Amino acid sequence: MDDFIAARAQMALSLGFHIIFACVGMVMPFLMAFAHWKYLKTNNEVYKGLTKAWSKGVAILFATGAVSGTMLSFELGLLWPGFMKHAGPIFGMPFSLEGTAFFIEAIAIGFFLYGWDKFNKWFHWFCGFLVGLSGLASGILVVAANAWMNSPAGFDYIDGQYLNIDPIKAMFNDAWFPQALHMTVAAFCATGFAVAGVHAYLIMKKKNVEFHTKAFKIAAGFALIGAFGAPLSGDVAAKSVAKRQPIKLAAMEAHFETERGAAFVIGGIPDEKKGEIKYALKIPKVLSFLVSNDFNSEVKGLNDFPRDEWPPVAVVHYAFQIMIFFGVVMICIGAVYLYSLFFKKEWLTKNWLLKTFLFATPFGYIALEAGWTVTEVGRQPWIIYGVMRTIDAVTPMPGIQYSFYFFTAIFVSLSLIIIFLLRRQIKMVPKLYDPTDIQFNDKNKKS
Amino acid sequence: MIYVVIGFLWLSICLYVILGGADFGAGIVELFTKKKARHKTKEIMYESIAPVWEANHMWLIIAIVILFVGFPEIYTTMSTYLHIPLVLMLLGIIARGTAFTFRHYDAVKDDWQVLYTQIFYYASLLTPFFLGLIAAATVSQSINPNATNFLDLYIFSWLNWFGVAVGLFMVAICAYLASIFSLRETRDKLDLTLMIKKSKQTMIFVVITGLLVFITAYLSGIPLVTWVFSKPLGIMAISFATVALALILRAMNQRKLLPVRALAGFQIIMILVAATYQHNPDIILLGNGQHLSLLEHIAAPKTISALGWALMLGSLFILPFLFYLMFSFTKAKKS
Repeated sequence: MDDFIAARAQMALSLGFHIIFACVGMVMPFLMAFAHWKYLKTNNEVYKGLTKAWSKGVAILFATGAVSGTMLSFELGLLWPGFMKHAGPIFGMPFSLEGTAFFIEAIAIGFFLYGWDKFNKWFHWFCGFLVGLSGLASGILVVAANAWMNSPAGFDYIDGQYLNIDPIKAMFNDAWFPQALHMTVAAFCATGFAVAGVHAYLIMKKKNVEFHTKAFKIAAGFALIGAFGAPLSGDVAAKSVAKRQPIKLAAMEAHFETERGAAFVIGGIPDEKKGEIKYALKIPKVLSFLVSNDFNSEVKGLNDFPRDEWPPVAVVHYAFQIMIFFGVVMICIGAVYLYSLFFKKEWLTKNWLLKTFLFATPFGYIALEAGWTVTEVGRQPWIIYGVMRTIDAVTPMPGIQYSFYFFTAIFVSLSLIIIFLLRRQIKMVPKLYDPTDIQFNDKNKKS
Repeated sequence: MIYVVIGFLWLSICLYVILGGADFGAGIVELFTKKKARHKTKEIMYESIAPVWEANHMWLIIAIVILFVGFPEIYTTMSTYLHIPLVLMLLGIIARGTAFTFRHYDAVKDDWQVLYTQIFYYASLLTPFFLGLIAAATVSQSINPNATNFLDLYIFSWLNWFGVAVGLFMVAICAYLASIFSLRETRDKLDLTLMIKKSKQTMIFVVITGLLVFITAYLSGIPLVTWVFSKPLGIMAISFATVALALILRAMNQRKLLPVRALAGFQIIMILVAATYQHNPDIILLGNGQHLSLLEHIAAPKTISALGWALMLGSLFILPFLFYLMFSFTKAKKS
């Protein structure tokens, strides 16, 4: 493995890992705060238990997100010093603000976890809510920094020099809003489905049914918001990509020839050498409509761009297809759930509905990872779109492959431990968190 | 505005060494405690760091962000030539942070706790050691961008006796801070006597490793003595640190614990002043004779001013909130 590929693989792995925890960290506190709010309103101890159970999840995942985020802040320099030397001062603004947001999150978590019965109950509740709010803010800020790589702004690039730097302009680049919006919605969708899936499984197993049903309802509600919001925000994102990075859009759709009234391509196997796509389902004129609200508008094809500026077409195309596929599946599940909520209440307790949610547990995260692949791989070969190539940014240090193996081992073991820990949390629900369970002992009520 | 940014950089490094250091120290002290007293030590140590420990390592992130936004050349030079120790330090941060969380939040207490605890101990030891090593490498002129082979570029840029000595000194400081900070967390006289004994032991360790730093600096031709004792501020800082040491011993014997804590914090700040002020504003002294200065190798003016504002605005939110957190938990414990 050469150093460049190793560096990219390590970065991809780190981001892929961090994104999961970052998204849980953004959304889970809101679930927790919602349960907490229900408790304060109803005084139902089950909600208190649920809040505590979720808060432990938040704590574990926050810590993991924090360390993987720390790793990333180092890796940016360790792997891409050529990039950071120029980009740091330009796109660093959101990172410096993110530091504040993240700090507030860390403090608020301290208040929340250790603050039961110590503070005014609404202050305590607010701290939990603040964990989510600041998590959301840091997510949005980091995405704004990433968006700058897709839509460089706030500087003039003249003769290899980065002049007239304006970090505020760089932060509010053209891509930040569509990317942040889509990311946030996707995070709600993914976390909602993941949490709902876990609780659906436990309801099916007939364990602490009331507890898990309450949890399931809240999580499914969040999943619904995400599932229906995703296509809307996705549309905004796609239009923005078409405008800023037409080559990325062309790769997403494996769209080789520039044409008017371009078809929306579903599935298929792209052949980069021949410049065609086989076995695909084509819906005429829809792509044109999607990118410009006009069925006959022109959509640029890959062939209009220099060959050495093409991203890996197949990867981007497949990733995009995977995202769309799982997105659509989640919308369907959401629709069924919504229908049963209003018209067929008896479906809600049916095993098939719960089973559907169980299967859907990873769907949101698969879609999320696929979406990030589209964003990141679709930007290649550029690290700063149109300005700096990724290969010019890589560290001169040799032997990065070992670093890649090393970090892979870390990520794999961390993932295993987290799964192990979360399973143990779930196993202890009867004893620690569900006050209606006979195993629940008084001693734990105070902790 | 550049001075505001430098001020925040220095402040966050200081706070990371003091608060994060006490954090690491908790693991180190536990590691070097005999099995019999370990459980007791763990409880006391834990009391002092639990609510704020998430926040403590944020200071490092702030310092890193300030470096890469405001001083990109310094950041990239460090991350290129000190790649290996940075990765090792990172490993320590990851292992320690997660092990701490795991051992605390794990719903079941069983043999797995032993594993998390072991990881927690060794990672607590590893991280400050490499932090010290990295700090030493920036000023020991061991980084030489003109070198041509792998060993000189990426290994000997940080691996030398002076670095090892500074690493050990850093470990000692962490253990010292942790034992001093925990004095106020003890519940009875017996605990207090135990922790005072520990504080004195770690104090000796600090003095010995401190001497080691000077000896290795002398042997490696690093003008540490000149740096520290050539300017009035350096002499003052070292004198204050020494006086503080005596005062701490006195206050400890009189069981006045709040002054002990404050003095220890002050003492560490003085050591950092002495260590950093003397080659200020140069932050990295390279082997090819070039120096990277905090005043010259900086980002564009607009970046620096935006960064300065972001930091000031951020601290407006963070500091009161953080102090309230610390204050309310101290109060809660007392009541």
